[in-house]
Amino acid sequence: MALKGKKYVWICIIPAMLLIAMFLVYPLIKTVIYSFSSWYNFSPKSEWIGLENYKRLLSDMVMPVAFRNTAILIVGVLIFQVGFALLLAIMVDSVHHGFKIFRTVYFFPIVISGTAIGLMFTLIYKYEYGLLNYIITLFGYDKQVWITPKTAIFLTLIPVLWQYIGFYFVIFLTGISKIPEDIYESAMLDGITPIKKIIYITIPMLKDVLISTIVLVVSGCFRVFDTVYVITKGGPMNSSQLLSTYMYQMAFEKYNGGYASAIAIVMIIIGVLLTIGLRKLLKADAED
Amino acid sequence: MKKIKLGNVIVYLFLIFWLLVTLIPLLWVFENSFKSSEEILLNGIALPKGLNFANYQSIFSYPDVNMLRAFFNSFLISGGVVVGVICIGGLAAFGLGRFDSWIGKVVDAFMVACLLVPSFATMIPNFVTVNKLPIKETYFAVIVPQVAGNLCFAIMLLSSYMRSLPNELDEAAIIDGAGPFKVLKNITIPLTKPMFATVGIMVFIWSYNDLVTSLVYVSNQKLKPVCVILTMVSNMHGTDYGAMMAAIFITVIPVLILYICSQEMVIKGLTAGAVKG
Repeated sequence: MALKGKKYVWICIIPAMLLIAMFLVYPLIKTVIYSFSSWYNFSPKSEWIGLENYKRLLSDMVMPVAFRNTAILIVGVLIFQVGFALLLAIMVDSVHHGFKIFRTVYFFPIVISGTAIGLMFTLIYKYEYGLLNYIITLFGYDKQVWITPKTAIFLTLIPVLWQYIGFYFVIFLTGISKIPEDIYESAMLDGITPIKKIIYITIPMLKDVLISTIVLVVSGCFRVFDTVYVITKGGPMNSSQLLSTYMYQMAFEKYNGGYASAIAIVMIIIGVLLTIGLRKLLKADAED
Repeated sequence: MKKIKLGNVIVYLFLIFWLLVTLIPLLWVFENSFKSSEEILLNGIALPKGLNFANYQSIFSYPDVNMLRAFFNSFLISGGVVVGVICIGGLAAFGLGRFDSWIGKVVDAFMVACLLVPSFATMIPNFVTVNKLPIKETYFAVIVPQVAGNLCFAIMLLSSYMRSLPNELDEAAIIDGAGPFKVLKNITIPLTKPMFATVGIMVFIWSYNDLVTSLVYVSNQKLKPVCVILTMVSNMHGTDYGAMMAAIFITVIPVLILYICSQEMVIKGLTAGAVKG
């Protein structure tokens, strides 16, 4: 850092700071204020009502469903995006051929939009033309209606997993490739088995990558929107509602800006607490 | 030795199985996009009888949705966002990464905090703001909030890259009488090109695929990008399955081409953006 002159630093950062202040900081404060207000239809008038919106959240029957669905998402992504992706990375690292093609193909769903993936899976689940029903009729079963209140959240979870497993697979693969070769070599001399190698060397060496991935995937669960919005719109009967889809519906379909803001605030608070909490917990655990 | 080989076979079989799971949904959409709805109903997985582009013709000839315009909009919006993020973010990163000042440290901490704010938390007030400004119902109504949303992350990546550049060149240039902006133009920007490319690709894909902001910030259908138009096609013409397949596939093509052409850069760009969601 050779350059000096505060004047220039300010000139450089002011355009960015203005934009961030206007579209990130100001709206964040505004959302907090709206969440304490009765405010409908995006009208210029809003009225301070204190904690009313938050009280309503406590008795809202959709909120427990949204939390349950988020919990299902979290369990799902931990098992598949972390566990399964790690397994894939270890497997691909262990084979001698096809490394590049596996990586290329596994990663590709991440470049596709959640919208396209959502519609793709909508078609797969369709009654008349769907791929799933076609496959099960081949095995002699009757066609089924796939998306029901009981199954909806799981069926919307599948495309999310399908899209992201390859992404975390690549992150793990990069992590594994950074483990120094000589550690393996000395272990090989001691006659270690491949399974033991994974448990005692690979996974411990990936500790930091694992921690940040777990934090990422869990906090990512609060941002899932596109696929669920496209496949079920939170339905049928709110059964696959998430905080994000519910907030969107409240704000832009029911035009209840105050209540939607309260949902957004709950989203931020839980998201931030979970991110910080998980990081602390996992770091402390790792240092033991 | 034999046991290890058997293990290897199982590993390969499993990896190939997952390869198929990853590919089949898109391949299924691709092959069905050449079939009529009746053909799909008769046999959902058989290969099409021939290359029948009727579905592609019909999605480009809807009276109520203009697909070509949607593609144009998408490229204009995403291109605009990339240019905006690179220019404004690059300048800020230069200020933070190449100068010796307390401001840099304070702003860095602030940027990390900004990353924790999800776009949902700012959506409602931004909707109000956008509609009050003169950018209302123009491309800028989507571009400006997206630029702002991507800035923090871009600045963090760019400034840490610029910080790692050697100082000697800057010092030499200053001794020769160059001002800071000359250093930026002639030294820092050329050296930071790889990171600009990474950030550019990440921002482009993110913006091209982003549904929420364009769904919310503009209501004029003429300005909406492919993502939103795709959901509209599914709402209005969703019963024409062949056409739906074609519509899905065609919106995926640009990013697939980008991925196939510059795979390493895309992987680098998107995994560098891992913290973003």
